[in-house]
Amino acid sequence: MKPDQTVLYEGAMDHDFLEEVYKTPGGGKIKHCIQCGTCSGSCPVSWAMEESPRQIFAFIRAGMRDRVLDSLTIWTCASCYQCAGRCPQKIKITDVMYALKRIAIRENRQRSKAAQVLSRKFVDVVNANGRNNETSLMTRYMMATNPFSAFKAAPIGMRLFSHGRLPLTGQKVKDIVNLRKIIAKAEELGGEAPRPEVK
Amino acid sequence: MKCTYYPGCSQHSTARGYEESIQTVAKPLDLELETLDDWNCCGATAYMSVNEVLSFCLTARNLSLAAKAGHPVVTPCNACFTNLRKTNAYMAEFPEVKAKVDEALGAGGMAYDGKTPTKHLLQVIVEDVGLEKIRGLVKRPLAGLRVAPYYGCQIVRPLGIEGGTDNPMMLDHLLEALGATPTHFPMKTTCCGGSLMGTQEDVALRLCRNLLLCAEQAKADCIAVTCSLCQMNLDAYQQRINSNYGTHFNFPIVYFTQLMGLALGFEERQLGLQRGVVPTSSLVRRGATAGAKEASS
Repeated sequence: MKPDQTVLYEGAMDHDFLEEVYKTPGGGKIKHCIQCGTCSGSCPVSWAMEESPRQIFAFIRAGMRDRVLDSLTIWTCASCYQCAGRCPQKIKITDVMYALKRIAIRENRQRSKAAQVLSRKFVDVVNANGRNNETSLMTRYMMATNPFSAFKAAPIGMRLFSHGRLPLTGQKVKDIVNLRKIIAKAEELGGEAPRPEVK
Repeated sequence: MKCTYYPGCSQHSTARGYEESIQTVAKPLDLELETLDDWNCCGATAYMSVNEVLSFCLTARNLSLAAKAGHPVVTPCNACFTNLRKTNAYMAEFPEVKAKVDEALGAGGMAYDGKTPTKHLLQVIVEDVGLEKIRGLVKRPLAGLRVAPYYGCQIVRPLGIEGGTDNPMMLDHLLEALGATPTHFPMKTTCCGGSLMGTQEDVALRLCRNLLLCAEQAKADCIAVTCSLCQMNLDAYQQRINSNYGTHFNFPIVYFTQLMGLALGFEERQLGLQRGVVPTSSLVRRGATAGAKEASS
C-alpha cells in the first residue's frame, strides 16, 4: 500500500501566498506558527473539517494556494475565536480564516461556491436595506442553493412564525442614501469581493 | 444609568422575547436605554467573509451615530458586541484599517474617532447596575431552579467581558443573585454553531446536541443565554435534534433577562416567555409558586 501523502514540487509553490495572507490585518503573526495544534484541539468543529486549522496553516506556509483556497475547511469555521483565544503565539486565527474566505470569494473559487452563498446573500440583504431580515435572507439563500431545502426548513420557520418571531416585513435604515455611499466607497477600498447586487 | 442601546437586527424578529424582557426589566433597574437612532446591521460574521473594510464601516457608522450622546453603546447580542469591540480595537491597532474606514465614512458625510465605549448588556447589568441592587429588587427568588449558564462564544472572545475566554462567572453570579442555582457547565463558552445552522446544519445540530447533553448531565432545569443566535439554535432546533439523535431534550432556552424578569415579579407575557418554541411554562409556574411561598412566609 502506498503511503497517503501529498508530494509537492517546489515549482508548484506559490511563494506570494504567505505574504498575501500575512498582509491582511491580523494576519501578521502567521509566520510565528509553531504547528503545536492548539487551534485544532480547541476548535469545536475540527471534526467536521476537511483539514484541521493546523494543517491549513502548514499549507499556507508551504505556498499551497489551491489546496487552501479550495478547502471547505475555511467555510466550516464558525468564527467562535476559541483557537485565537488559546493560540500561544497570539495568531489571530479567526481573522486569517476570514481573510482566506475573502480571497476565495475574490478568486471566484468554484469548489466552495455553495458555502459562500449565505455570506453573499447576507451582504445583499443588508446592503439593500441597512438591516438584516432573516425571512428574506433565508428565502434568498434557499432559492440560490437548493429550493427543495425550503421543505426541510419549513417546520422550523413555521414554529418561529407561530411564536411571532418571523416577521414578514423587514426594517430599513432612514438615511439609506448616505449608507449606500459609504458601502460603495468601502467596497471600492476593500477591493476584496465583486460588488454584490443591490436590489 | 444612561446607555445608547444598539438592539441589532434579531431583536425585532427571532429574538423578540429578548427585546420584550429587556424593556420590561430596564425600568426597575433604572437603566435608561436610549435606542440608537437609525442604526444599521453590524454585519454579523458574513460581512467579514466578503469585505473587511465594509464590515468595519457598518459598525463605525453606528458608533459614530452613538458618539454624539456620549454614553456607552450597549448591545444584548454577542455577535454585535464582538463587531463593536473589534472595530474600535482594529481601528486603533491597524492604521490602514482606520484610513480606509475614515475615507468610506467620509463619502457618506460621516466621521468616527474610534473611541465610543462599548458594552454587552450583561456587563452593564452586573457591573454598573450591580448585584446588590438586583438582590434588593428580587420579589420571587428563583429558589431551587437549576440554570445552566451559557455565555456562548463571542461575548468572551476575542475582546470580551472580563473573566477570560473559558470560564467567565458574570452570568453565574447574576443567577445566584436571582436566587437560582447556576449549575456547573463546562461548555459555557463553547460555540453553538452560529450561522452554520444555515450552511452546514448537521455540524451545528451536533454542537447544539452536545450543549444540551452537557446541561442534562448538570441536571439543569433550563439554559440561560446571552445571545439571540444561541437561543434560536438551541430552542427552535431542539425538536430536530431530538429526532436526529433519538434524544428527549425538553430544555426551555431563556434569555438571562427573562429569568431576571421572573425573579423581579413580572409575568410571562411582559417577558416574551410565551415566544419560546420549547414551552417555558414549567419556569413560569415555578416563578408563580415561588412568589406564593414568599408571600405566605
